[in-house]
Amino acid sequence: MKETDVIHVSKDRPENGKYVKPLFRGLSFIFKNFLTKPVTLQYPTEKTQRSQRWRGLHRLEVDEKGELKCVACGLCARICPSEAITIVPYEEEGKTRYPKKFVINELRCIFCGFCQEACPKGAITLTEVYDYIDYNRSDFIFDIEKLKTPEKFRFTGK
Amino acid sequence: MVEYLIIPVIKLIVIFSVFLLIAAYTTYMERKVLGHMQLRYGPMRVGFHGLLQPIADGIKNLFKEDLIPENADKTVFVLAPAISIAVAIILLSVIPFGPPVTIFGRKINLYLANPSIGILFVLGFSTLGSYGNILGGWSSGNKYGYMGGLRGSAMIISYEISMAFAVISIIMITGSFSIVDMVNAQTGVWNVFKQPIAFLVFLISGIAELNRTPFDMPEAESELCCGYNVEYSSMKFALFFLAEYIHMIVFASLVATLFLGGWHGPAFVPGVVWFFLKMFAVIFLCIWVRATFPRLRYDKVMKLEWKFLLPVALLNVLVTGLVMAVL
Repeated sequence: MKETDVIHVSKDRPENGKYVKPLFRGLSFIFKNFLTKPVTLQYPTEKTQRSQRWRGLHRLEVDEKGELKCVACGLCARICPSEAITIVPYEEEGKTRYPKKFVINELRCIFCGFCQEACPKGAITLTEVYDYIDYNRSDFIFDIEKLKTPEKFRFTGK
Repeated sequence: MVEYLIIPVIKLIVIFSVFLLIAAYTTYMERKVLGHMQLRYGPMRVGFHGLLQPIADGIKNLFKEDLIPENADKTVFVLAPAISIAVAIILLSVIPFGPPVTIFGRKINLYLANPSIGILFVLGFSTLGSYGNILGGWSSGNKYGYMGGLRGSAMIISYEISMAFAVISIIMITGSFSIVDMVNAQTGVWNVFKQPIAFLVFLISGIAELNRTPFDMPEAESELCCGYNVEYSSMKFALFFLAEYIHMIVFASLVATLFLGGWHGPAFVPGVVWFFLKMFAVIFLCIWVRATFPRLRYDKVMKLEWKFLLPVALLNVLVTGLVMAVL
């Protein structure tokens, strides 16, 4: 083994040979930390801002009259790579189609956002809600009523 | 009757409950201060800023499953936490935490006992407390626990010596073994100004004997996955934990009484307040040290004691003796 192969770890340390001063530097640093405001957030009550393009729970948009914008064309269900969307359309003579059933299985969903891109009416969007929790698997199968108000399912610690 | 039975019993109950409450809230203080030092909040959810956290912890510990491992020596395993906590609580009886007060025309000393060998009593019993750790680690039938117990005994054997020598220099300038006499002797100048080296030695070896972080050999989490109390659960673990914190309180009050003037201080607040302020300042210092320094390697801990602290403490005793002989 040559001399150049040896790495002296402690040779060039700035505090080599000094013991007391670094200890007090450490203590003063920690005390400064003690006086600064903590950087952590109290999670369920305080939350960080999501990006506007965040892909969270789905929302079915409604128009001014409070009716669903969705015309049940089925494009979202078609493009969905994980087949999470099930639509049962309903159509009366001379009126617009609307979905009789619109079910999204949020456990299957991979939140790719393709449904939002495919929708010709802008009827389905992904919201910023990222922390929905529940007890049963069946609770994660969202129907129209749940999909209208995804903000309600934000986790608040209650 | 009143003098020998009722007053001591009342004092006993008050000291016991107050100091156990303080011990419980020292855990809260530790978590909170440590959190803020690491730029976190610490407990925040239970009660206002987590104030009820110690009570929640206690309830949780009571209802946890109490496991006794198959390989354990069952008698010793059950006995160990009891030894730990009993010895720790006995130590509280000799701590003077205030000047004598007069209640209902009766002069009451704010300590339970003032034996003429008070400080030796404290040193002896604080060492006995480590039997709890050693026996607990040994009887668990677990290699980590065994290692923790071994290390605990090594720590107590080493650091007790320098601690005792630091105390000896105080005994020399006081001329008495009684803790109350030591406090009374500090009416003018605190011992920390007369004996700064003894103060430092006592502080370092005290923190080492408490097995707190820069010297937490017996329970080194990263090496022994919690050491001597690894097999303990439920209330037995809580007793170990409580004993550790009571030891910390006793250590803090010892530093306050031996070096920081006990209950002496400017007279605008009563002596009891001064005592508790000093005690909590020392506890804060312990937590501060824990937040700052990483754990020393085992051989370096031993080196620090035998090659540095012990010679320094011995020299300090020698110099104190010479100065006293000359003056």
